[in-house]
Amino acid sequence: MLVARDLVKSFGGVRAVDGVSFTIERGTITGLIGPNGAGKTTLFNCLAGLFPPTSGTLTLDGTRIDGLSSDRIFRAGLARTFQIPRPFPEMTVLENVMLAPTSQHGERFWAPWLTPGRVAREEATLREKARHWIAFVGLEPLVEAPARVLSGGQRKLLELARVLVAEPKLVLLDEPGAGVNPRLLDEIVATIAKLNAGGVTFLVIEHNMDLVMSLCRPVMVMAQGRLLAEGDAESVQADPRVIEAYLGGAIA
Amino acid sequence: MDALLPVLSYATFFLVFVSVFAVIVLGLNLQWGFTGLFNVGVAGFVAIGAYTSAILTAPDYPNQVGGFGLPVVVGMVGAMVTSGLAALVVGVAALRLRHDYLAITTFGIAMTIQLVALNAQWLTGGAFGLQFVPRPFTETFGTTLGANAAYLALCLAILALVYVALERLVRSPFGRVLRAIREDETAAQSLGKRAFVFRLQSFVIGCAVMGLGGALYAHFVGFVAAEDFLPILTFQLWAMLIVGGAGNNRGAVLGAFVVWGVWTLSGNLLRELTPQAEQARGAALQVVLIGIALCAMLVWRPRGLIGERVGEGGKAKRGGS
Repeated sequence: MLVARDLVKSFGGVRAVDGVSFTIERGTITGLIGPNGAGKTTLFNCLAGLFPPTSGTLTLDGTRIDGLSSDRIFRAGLARTFQIPRPFPEMTVLENVMLAPTSQHGERFWAPWLTPGRVAREEATLREKARHWIAFVGLEPLVEAPARVLSGGQRKLLELARVLVAEPKLVLLDEPGAGVNPRLLDEIVATIAKLNAGGVTFLVIEHNMDLVMSLCRPVMVMAQGRLLAEGDAESVQADPRVIEAYLGGAIA
Repeated sequence: MDALLPVLSYATFFLVFVSVFAVIVLGLNLQWGFTGLFNVGVAGFVAIGAYTSAILTAPDYPNQVGGFGLPVVVGMVGAMVTSGLAALVVGVAALRLRHDYLAITTFGIAMTIQLVALNAQWLTGGAFGLQFVPRPFTETFGTTLGANAAYLALCLAILALVYVALERLVRSPFGRVLRAIREDETAAQSLGKRAFVFRLQSFVIGCAVMGLGGALYAHFVGFVAAEDFLPILTFQLWAMLIVGGAGNNRGAVLGAFVVWGVWTLSGNLLRELTPQAEQARGAALQVVLIGIALCAMLVWRPRGLIGERVGEGGKAKRGGS
């Protein structure tokens, strides 16, 4: 589904992503792990178009997407959440979610003046859809609350609902489990599994090994900008190169 | 009755200005309150509207472009079009800038427009300005009061129209995208919204409304001069928005009323209190006063008298503080 070839991102002399190639199969939950500073989030930002890769190619279902801006990549079906969630604080949870679907007729400035009926009908449909996803992630009681009152974990759930309402093909999750209390974490894991069963493909950055082991297959390991290993969770964990990357050279 | 007449005529005069300013502040509110565009060049776009309408509607000027003698309505529509076009050109060039950089740029542009107005004699009449801008209703009504009252009705009708149109806009999915961009542009962009295009549309629509305000001003005062569009005007309009409450169109209208009220009252008061020789210096105190009011506002009620309400169509209420 998503194919990366020789992806490089350098900042000045630093190659934060250094020749990464991989393929993400449809219907999988691929884990991306690695020590801090390995380049995982930078890789995510390249994939999602926050900045273009320095070199290399990216194809989503056969279409080149490298170098496209983040809005076009989202419209192509690749959505992402942020490591530190970025809800729109002065908008309600419902508005946050209703924003995301692409090609809304009412987003043309003349539409509310010239075709208010059509906009209202679209909004009604959209509201139902948004409510469905808000309920799906368990934020129903907070539908009309401004997003700024949400806790860290709830913000992650909101971001999840916000991308899901747009029905992306592939979702990049940047540390969905970080800073989330254990009960909420179980909810998030269950949510991802449920969605995956419904056909959504995921690429997940995560440090929480329990989450990775229970959810992700395959797992990719990054260190110092390179892809070290790829395979199922057990074999990756046993790989001496992975242990070395995490714990330093002495052990291996 | 005779004693009431001056009061009535002053009230009419005052309210015409309030409604003209309210129209302009509504335009600014779309840009700043809803999109977060820091436009400090408001006076420039008001000037473009005022001059456009004057040139289109006034009788023939010797040795000058203009004097087309067209109906006032055409002048007003023309004002919106030219201010909008100017905003399009400025926006394409400047809207990639953020926050204070956009502010500096728009400020410079407004200064440039003002200087062009002061010097392009063939177009704007230079320092003499444009005279004989038609004042609607002056012939229909014999008295100034009658004409002013009719013009006030026109201004209020236009204000209501602008208010309803902008309310519809900001409550729509379009407005939702604008607010999202204001809150977090990176996040909005990562959700598929072309932030630049939306910023540009908001900027152009807002400036077109400012141009309309300029035209309303020109047809009330009856002449247009470059010194009407100095940065102090932008400052006053910003004060109106901040005091009234950015992100709330009713706040924008209320702010125009309150700030213009304080401005004129303090002006009259200072004229009464300061000795003849110190009048010019006394007038400067007015700006100080508004500045202090603005600071006090930002400390005690940073969201303005009636600030933004979070929630669709203002259903979920959250007061002003």
